[in-house]
Amino acid sequence: MIINHPILGPRDAAEFVCLGDACMIDRPDWEAEDAMQQFHEYGYLRDNPAGQHQELWYHEQGDRSWLVLTRNTLTHEITKVEMARDVARSRGRDK
Amino acid sequence: MARDATETRDFGGSVKMRYSAFKIFMQGLTGNKSWKPVWREPDPKPEYDIIIIGAGGHGLSTAYYLAKEFGMRNIAVLEKGWLGSGNIGRNTTIIRSNYLLPGNQPFYEMSMKLWENLEQDTNYNSMVSQRSILNLIHTDGQRDAFVRRGNAMFLSGADAELVDAKQLRDELPFLNFDDARFPIKGGLFQRRGGTARHDAVAWGYARGADSRGVDIIQNCEVTGFDIQGGVCRGVETSRGPIRARKVAMCVAGSSGRVAALAGMRLPIESHVLQAFVSEGLKPTLPGVITFGAGHFYVSQSDKGGLVFGGDIDGYNTYAQRGNLPVVEDVAEGGMAIMPMIGRARLLRSWGGVMDMSMDGTPFIDKTHIEGLYFNGGWCYGGFKATPASGYCYAHLLAKDEPHPNAAQMRLDRFMTGNLIDEKGQGNQPNLH
Ligand SMILES: Cc1cc2nc3c(=O)[nH]c(=O)nc-3n(C[C@H](O)[C@H](O)[C@H](O)COP(=O)(O)OP(=O)(O)OC[C@H]3O[C@@H](n4cnc5c(N)ncnc54)[C@H](O)[C@@H]3O)c2cc1C
Repeated sequence: MIINHPILGPRDAAEFVCLGDACMIDRPDWEAEDAMQQFHEYGYLRDNPAGQHQELWYHEQGDRSWLVLTRNTLTHEITKVEMARDVARSRGRDK
Repeated sequence: MARDATETRDFGGSVKMRYSAFKIFMQGLTGNKSWKPVWREPDPKPEYDIIIIGAGGHGLSTAYYLAKEFGMRNIAVLEKGWLGSGNIGRNTTIIRSNYLLPGNQPFYEMSMKLWENLEQDTNYNSMVSQRSILNLIHTDGQRDAFVRRGNAMFLSGADAELVDAKQLRDELPFLNFDDARFPIKGGLFQRRGGTARHDAVAWGYARGADSRGVDIIQNCEVTGFDIQGGVCRGVETSRGPIRARKVAMCVAGSSGRVAALAGMRLPIESHVLQAFVSEGLKPTLPGVITFGAGHFYVSQSDKGGLVFGGDIDGYNTYAQRGNLPVVEDVAEGGMAIMPMIGRARLLRSWGGVMDMSMDGTPFIDKTHIEGLYFNGGWCYGGFKATPASGYCYAHLLAKDEPHPNAAQMRLDRFMTGNLIDEKGQGNQPNLH
């Protein structure tokens, strides 16, 4: 797989490590009533879809940036690569 | 024909032939013309007591033990493809019970004991071969860890043997003992570990289940569940709806997709594991050998091919194929411990979809939906578990309570804090 890094251009996927579902950007509120339930779901439960999947990749052997890939889990085709920072901000996170 | 003392009439109405050396001899003399199909191809009935989804190793062994040990007959196993088309027919066939934690090790030792009697029990040659498994030691710290593991194995009734480099040099002179980076300092043997013929395991269980009246229905994909008021009453399939009192998921790598049909999210991600086989060689490897510093394991099949593998690719996938970086990594692992492997030509490689769980340990449990049960999360170690998984799942389905050896393999263990994390890696499935 080749990952088209938004800053560095096309890089071999072997330079990256995959953390998993990009839902991990949305960390629950620790003060919520049902924080326990929410953190259980956040930490342990996954959609694990067959098809489009948004996921976090880390450019460990490169510029150490976090990316959000939109990748098809049936074909491995990568259709979108974004900086995780931008995705997090667009979802209302401050960093 | 019916008078043949070695044939018994079974529940489904077909005739089951008992295999024996004498049978093979007689068939050989008569041109092998009267072997019979090993299982029936029934149409689905409108209703069963228990429906098992997935005719992989675990689904078939569950059906077998339900019929044989728990006296249940009205069972169907539904398979979307053909029987044995999943991971049961794709794995590297290593069987062992060298785990560490109390929630795991007694279960795997139970499985090993079932393996040891499997061929007698099913009257089918699954080629179980206790040729030993060796985990290599490269550092002093690793030796300490393996001493602890060996003791945990003893506690469960398993065997373990710690050997030093000198003994290994005598037994396996071809290993790369003096590698500058990862010298071999010894190893932990489980002599009772080894390999089995993976698809023959599926066939043996299928035959044993079928002859006890279990309907194995191939080309029958489950496409939905009939859930009313929190109770599961059956399934939708590509061959129409089928009702059941209990529905048992057993779909390994497809766990996420099938559970989603019941509206469930699981502590599981699907990943690909690749495997490799070389051209056939003369007898080279006496047993299974695993690298202790990288991820690499190798054995030699009875046909002569070196069968080996390593890490999963590390990203979510349902494609039964991997990518090249792992091929390179596995080849490097092989060269690091056994440079002679570089002389062998690679014949083929393939991949299978692994149900990687959040702590690396499987689940055999009820779900929150009444009448719906779950078996999955086997990661890349579910082949060795095939007999015990089937037995414990059958126990749960028949009695509605977990078998003591699988009692900790619960779906809610991340909520209750009772994780079974052998590697201590935390909730990242691709690290287990
Ligand atoms: C390359 C590789 C090497 C491995 N090496 C080892 C090893 O050395 N030792 C070891 O212990 N384990 C090993 N494993 C793991 C082991 O193979 C699996 O954990 C185990 O086979 C999974 O259980 P199963 O046999 O029931 O799965 P499967 O054989 O995958 O059975 C699941 C079945 O469910 C069916 N199914 C899926 N969806 C549906 C649906 N909607 N409706 C109906 N049916 C459905 C599938 O078609 C499939 O037949 C390896 C796996 C791979 C891929």
